[in-house]
Amino acid sequence: MGENAVSVLLKKGAEASLYIADWHGRRVVIKQRLPKKYRPPQLDQTIRRYRTVHEPQLMHDAKRAGVPTPLIFLVDVENASITMEYIEGIQVKKLLDSICEADRMELCHGIGEEVGKLHKNGIIHGDLTTSNMILNAEGRIFLVDFGLGDRSEELEDQGVDLHLLRRALQSTHFQVADECFHAVLEGYASAVGADRMQDVLVKIREIEKRGRYVAERQQET
Amino acid sequence: MGTGKPAERFCLGIESTADDFGVGVAAFDGKILANVTDGYVPEAGGIHPREAARHHSEVADKVLSEAFAKAQLKPKEISLVAFAQGPGLGPCLRTGATVARALSAYLGIPLVGVNHSVGHIEIGKLQTGAQDPLTLYASGGNTMVTAYASGRYRIFGETLDIALGNCLDVFAREAGIKNQKGTPLGAAVELLAAKGEKLVSLPYVVKGMDMSLSGLLTAASAALKKGERLEDVCFSLQENAFSMVTEVTERALAHTEKKEVLLTGGVAANKRLQSMLEVIAGEHDAKFSVVPQKFATDNGAMIAWTGALAYMNGLTTPVEESFVKVRWRVDKVDVPWVKTL
Repeated sequence: MGENAVSVLLKKGAEASLYIADWHGRRVVIKQRLPKKYRPPQLDQTIRRYRTVHEPQLMHDAKRAGVPTPLIFLVDVENASITMEYIEGIQVKKLLDSICEADRMELCHGIGEEVGKLHKNGIIHGDLTTSNMILNAEGRIFLVDFGLGDRSEELEDQGVDLHLLRRALQSTHFQVADECFHAVLEGYASAVGADRMQDVLVKIREIEKRGRYVAERQQET
Repeated sequence: MGTGKPAERFCLGIESTADDFGVGVAAFDGKILANVTDGYVPEAGGIHPREAARHHSEVADKVLSEAFAKAQLKPKEISLVAFAQGPGLGPCLRTGATVARALSAYLGIPLVGVNHSVGHIEIGKLQTGAQDPLTLYASGGNTMVTAYASGRYRIFGETLDIALGNCLDVFAREAGIKNQKGTPLGAAVELLAAKGEKLVSLPYVVKGMDMSLSGLLTAASAALKKGERLEDVCFSLQENAFSMVTEVTERALAHTEKKEVLLTGGVAANKRLQSMLEVIAGEHDAKFSVVPQKFATDNGAMIAWTGALAYMNGLTTPVEESFVKVRWRVDKVDVPWVKTL
């Protein structure tokens, strides 16, 4: 088990390295959380173990909530590695700025729907950036990288999740960030209902004001 | 005074966003001729904005004269006055702005308002030679990971609540560590942490590219009250907090694929933080640099240099628009002098 004939480095991320490999005739991604030399080993091991155990559980929960995520084939807690299905498609990060406006709005609406489904089922993604979304040929949006995710029904956690998505749009897709986030919220509302969306929106404003140097905070107080 | 070689034209910069009142003089070619600071030291507790502002107004003329003497310049040889327009503490900012407006009117030279955070990034680049870095700017009031993209410094990661320096300072005060003139509380925590042996379990909160430090501060104070050794708690607090900012910085580095990492701001002086960032920079083939100590904490030179950059790119601030901006995020500021590679 776990023997890989060929494994090719796909992406050296900050937290983990992703390898493409052949695993019993299937094309798989192996996500390996390598030790971080900058942190004390004791802290490092705790963090890597925790995330390796929780990520597949959350991906499984997400699937049950109707959100496409890669299939999990193998979890190796000792080596902090997860073997999962390879998703054929394009990262949303690479698409969002180049597609036409109508397509972009439809895509963002779809992203909002998926996030809404997660939240409705008590799942927090924890790292909603466009790098962690893959659009496949059939137009399904896969969410990946649940390593910073959590189980929670709290408005606060849902608000932070969406706030981070908005911040990711602002830093990486600054030309279209506002319209994209608007479409995300519409999609989100279609999954969780307009009332809940309003509640989350109020929470997002509160979270923003907690941050450093937010102009809106000064105006209101 | 409108023309002349860059080396013969000078900008005077005034910094007064928090507890330090600083005046710097920069030539338009980047040479720093003076950098004088006088810090306000509270008798107890943190910075009282009104008391700090009073300190600033009391030392302003002394610091200005010293800066002119150091630069060996007469006031009329200055071509431009820059001041930190925000973000920061209102009363402190207003004191610096008032001094700047008065100088500008008296000397009949242009005024330019500078964003304090941009100042920290620009002085870091000037002093280290970094061209297009991913910058971790960590101080008592700010903790953010920024990089230039399309006209502005964009924020890729930041604290969701308190700043890194604030976290260390407040912990030090709660632990009863005393403030000595000239030694920041954070430095005292660093010394104690070096004697720590045991890693006390504390929260580690990374959310996407952002982090939260307030829970860590509470938990560290609680651990101390429960009887953990001060040295161990200082050690654990630093390890956790720095690991969090380093993880966030590494995420931003992987995301932006920048080839330089710059550490700036008051917490940049911390050797442990430096060593952690050096590791991740190395792993991503990026060059790591740290702003020199005297330009790490708040200073007038960074305001002077950033003011000169702005002015050379056609930016000035009319007096009627020179009101201070207490909450002025770095990603709201156009930086036309930064050239895309």
